[in-house]
Amino acid sequence: MNHSISLTVNGARRDFVLDDPRVTLLDLLRERLHLTGTKKGCDRGQCGACTILVDGKRINSCLALAISHEGADIVTIEGVARGDQLHPVQAAFIAHDGFQCGFCTPGQIMSAIGMMQEAQAGNDPERIRECMSGNLCRCGAYAGIVDAVLEAQAGADETNRRRSA
Amino acid sequence: MKQFDYVRPATVAEAVAAAAQPGATYLAAGTNLLDLMKGNVSRPDRLVDVTHLDGLDRIERLADGALRIGALVSNAALAHDAEFAKSYPAIAEALLSGASAQLRNVATVGGNLLQRTRCAYFYDTASRCNKREAGSGCDARDGENRAHAVLGWSESCIATHPSDFCVPLVALDAIVEIEGKNGRREIPLDELHRLPGNTPGRESALEPGDLIVAVRLPAAARGFAAHARYLKVRERTSYAFAIVSAAAALRIENGKIAEARLALGGVAAKPWRARAAEDILKGVAPTADVFQEAAWRALSDAKPSGDNAYKIELARRIVVRTLTLAAAGTPARIPALPASPFASTSGAIHA
Repeated sequence: MNHSISLTVNGARRDFVLDDPRVTLLDLLRERLHLTGTKKGCDRGQCGACTILVDGKRINSCLALAISHEGADIVTIEGVARGDQLHPVQAAFIAHDGFQCGFCTPGQIMSAIGMMQEAQAGNDPERIRECMSGNLCRCGAYAGIVDAVLEAQAGADETNRRRSA
Repeated sequence: MKQFDYVRPATVAEAVAAAAQPGATYLAAGTNLLDLMKGNVSRPDRLVDVTHLDGLDRIERLADGALRIGALVSNAALAHDAEFAKSYPAIAEALLSGASAQLRNVATVGGNLLQRTRCAYFYDTASRCNKREAGSGCDARDGENRAHAVLGWSESCIATHPSDFCVPLVALDAIVEIEGKNGRREIPLDELHRLPGNTPGRESALEPGDLIVAVRLPAAARGFAAHARYLKVRERTSYAFAIVSAAAALRIENGKIAEARLALGGVAAKPWRARAAEDILKGVAPTADVFQEAAWRALSDAKPSGDNAYKIELARRIVVRTLTLAAAGTPARIPALPASPFASTSGAIHA
């Protein structure tokens, strides 16, 4: 039996016919939309490489059935820059060497963006490490990742201060 | 993953009817179920998607002072609800000590209660497992069983229930509201999970089609807010299941414990309420000696199921530590490392 679903992906509405209900959001993004920035690491919810935003919240796309997400608003790593202007979290990862091989990086960046919106960690490195524990980095770039998140958070705080001033 | 039919009912009644069919399973966030299906451990014929049902994602304060938490409230939404975290701090801390932020954003209250064991032999379809396949045997008994049960286990099964959330919930007398073929009923959380006995595949009191629609905390549960903690020992300090955990909640009046609640996690096939230990604590001053006595009582029936005798002593020590920190007072903010026994603990006694 075929199922039709509609999603908003990086701002554009996309309609799909699913001939198999087993398709995850991760496989839909990669295989149907060719948005291969979202990585398949463990495919079992343990590594965080597949992290995307769904309705503003970071989730593991490998453990989400596409068919269950009718109407969802999805943002992937391909959707965070504005043209050639990197998202501040992307720029901070480059500035602080927040990666080595780069495989986990899209998931790390999407997770960091989600975490900053959750506003639970602030600029406390210990809370940032805890709140980012769902993203593994086998190269061990954690120190750079935390520094990148701290800088991005400081930038966001500064922007908010200017706006409210 | 085995092929399955997918249905999305419009009402709870439709969901119950659809899920009562043989081979049907409810789908909520799916963070545990999909993992099990990918490994062919769970092989449902039909998924009944309840995520679109209305009215199950609310947190409501009831007229009698109880709190009703809809089954589809996410773990993160509940833990980050400021009023909830203030009134039930040990529950919020337990939630934030579980899984990862990504998983907590979607994993539901109902799904957390019904998550399956993390026994590696249950997950490995090449191994014998009485829970997965009745009568096949238990490879955990002579296998890697450091993390397995020390309470309530049987020769058939030594698996543990992995939930953090359930531990403070059972301590605070949580009630589970269930919609089934014969209408609505409710049971204490302490009666939801079953010990394995000879039928470890039968994990809960739920019947086919039964849908958990809410968890309720009675009015008395908020009386422990000033002295409530959850501590959890794991292989790493974040994003790992409990080896042993404990929830302690005290009502302290005039320097004495008016009422104590204590439960253990990671030690049995269910969240383990330690009522005999609570009795020891009632009416006495909160001292290291009485906490030690309570810890010994809490583990008095414990026995190793394999290479895990250490867990009994570990559980005693984590009980003492949790009681000590609860007596010292709930921190103003949940610690940066939720439930970590290694976090800095101002003024607390080392157990």
